[in-house]
Amino acid sequence: MVETGMAGSNAVRGWDIGRILTWVLLIFLIIVTIFPLWVVLKTALTPTRELFSSPLSLFPENPTLFNFRRVLGLVSVEENVAAGGSGQSINFMRSVWNSVVFTTLVVVFQTFFSALAAYAFARLKFIGREIIFFLYLAALMLPGAVLFLPNFVLIKNLGWLNTYVGMIAPFALMSPFAVFFLRQFFLSIPKELEEAAKLDGTSPFGTFWRIILPTSMTPIATLVILTGIGAWNEFFWPYLVAGSSDTMRTLPVALQYFRTQTPQGSPDWTGLMAGTFLSIIPIFLLLIILGRKVINSLQFSGLK
Amino acid sequence: MSTQVYTPSRTKTVSPSLWQRLFNQEAITAYIFILPSLIGFLAFFAIPAIRAFQISFTEWNLLRAPKYIGLENYQELIGDPVFWNSLKVTLQYVVWNIPLQTVLALFMAVVMDRVTKSMAVRGILVMPYLMSNVIVALIWLWLLDPNLGFVNLLIQKLGLGKQPFFVSLEQAIPTIAGVNVWRHMGFNALLFYAGIQSIPKSFYEAATIDGAGEWAMFRRITLPLLRPVTVFVLVTSLVGSFQIFDTVAVTTQGGPVDASRVVVYYIVQNAFAFSKFGYATAMSVVLFFILVLVTLLQMRILRGNTSDLSS
Repeated sequence: MVETGMAGSNAVRGWDIGRILTWVLLIFLIIVTIFPLWVVLKTALTPTRELFSSPLSLFPENPTLFNFRRVLGLVSVEENVAAGGSGQSINFMRSVWNSVVFTTLVVVFQTFFSALAAYAFARLKFIGREIIFFLYLAALMLPGAVLFLPNFVLIKNLGWLNTYVGMIAPFALMSPFAVFFLRQFFLSIPKELEEAAKLDGTSPFGTFWRIILPTSMTPIATLVILTGIGAWNEFFWPYLVAGSSDTMRTLPVALQYFRTQTPQGSPDWTGLMAGTFLSIIPIFLLLIILGRKVINSLQFSGLK
Repeated sequence: MSTQVYTPSRTKTVSPSLWQRLFNQEAITAYIFILPSLIGFLAFFAIPAIRAFQISFTEWNLLRAPKYIGLENYQELIGDPVFWNSLKVTLQYVVWNIPLQTVLALFMAVVMDRVTKSMAVRGILVMPYLMSNVIVALIWLWLLDPNLGFVNLLIQKLGLGKQPFFVSLEQAIPTIAGVNVWRHMGFNALLFYAGIQSIPKSFYEAATIDGAGEWAMFRRITLPLLRPVTVFVLVTSLVGSFQIFDTVAVTTQGGPVDASRVVVYYIVQNAFAFSKFGYATAMSVVLFFILVLVTLLQMRILRGNTSDLSS
């Protein structure tokens, strides 16, 4: 800050010292962000036996895809153990699938049910509207730390432990933020649009489905991205309700279990880093394909 | 329908019975629309919030029926040094995490704003935030490994002493805080950056004409006008910070000894490892009140500064 400070006043454009220093700082920040990911990839490409030989080099001497293959379960148990693996496979593809199912169900149900409620709050008159909406907003303030134990008991009593239903239940029916966010947007849609539909005899749900939702694709996309990222990364709840079942673990939960398997006293670093790197790939893809949209959505999440 | 019924001119001409009928129809539709969300709200927010208090007055191992024991859990909690330690450790974490994260994010945002509007740069800097806590924790667990970690080898190469990081009593909490600073910094910077973009450029131009330096402009224009964003960033990250769990679960599991046994980690342990569900819930209720207190304090600070917000 001091550097930019000294430089700024005389330089609006051009390549003075201050601007160069600011660039240097920015590049430093970028390196701090990216370099750890490079070390992850480097470790994943290193044969387990060579992990100790040249730990400070920037490139693996004898790069191998073996670690990726054994994480993906493409290697026999004997080969795996011989290479320093825990012998227990991580069931990686299964956990990717679980994460995909979990994320999709949470996003679809939460967005749909929250949008329905948001439409009612924005457009329909009914007794208790203000009170219920206020209570939803109040729920925004309830910390997860006080809710998760009673919620766990409920899921347990319903017999939903180690099921997708139990994993998604607290997220699927609503999110106070989503209701609030969509209501704000629905209020800004001109009423004329709906009135025309009503004259044509369209049902309230028809109006919602054919007029309101298509008009709101931008905020809904924002919400889907934010909810999707959150669900994909969620650890705590799936860990509590489905962590003990090795077929129901989502990716973050499976990685945590993989980390706790320590074959020779220390974790299986090369395998762990291969798994970690594979888990980051969807994030790279998301940024490459939808980068602008993702960044705008994230920026928006702060501008309420 | 609603809109027509409720425009004043129509309401006057429509007979009460018809009005009544339309009203009911609309209300019924509304109730159907909010029903799923209402079930979700009651089942997973409202009722659990009340249930938490009930459970906190019981002794319960989740196998047999809960036994009402009044305030015993709370009495036990007051005399539990590990609980007090967990509060202390959590507070230490927050104190390391929040200021560092917020200041660095602000710094990052100003640096970005100075030299580039590139989406790619923003995309790179926000990347850690898009990764799960578990992944971020695993990455740093490896990088900071006392024997093989890249960071430690680099430190030794530079002629400095080996650092224990996660496995040290003193360094565990600052290290965990640092890991989460790394994860959240870019995201918070994005929020600050967006805030900076909404400040009219004419303010800076006028200040430049008046001969104000960069630092003066930052302090007199950027910082005050960013207050709404700063408040938002602080409110959301503070409440989240007090509930730190994931990173601890992956890296230190509360150790060494109790050095990183943060309060949510201790709650989870009591509930699921020690089968003291009622006791764990009592602790979560105490945490709840702490968070309410923190939020109220922030609201007060927020309201005390409304003049800055109205820009």
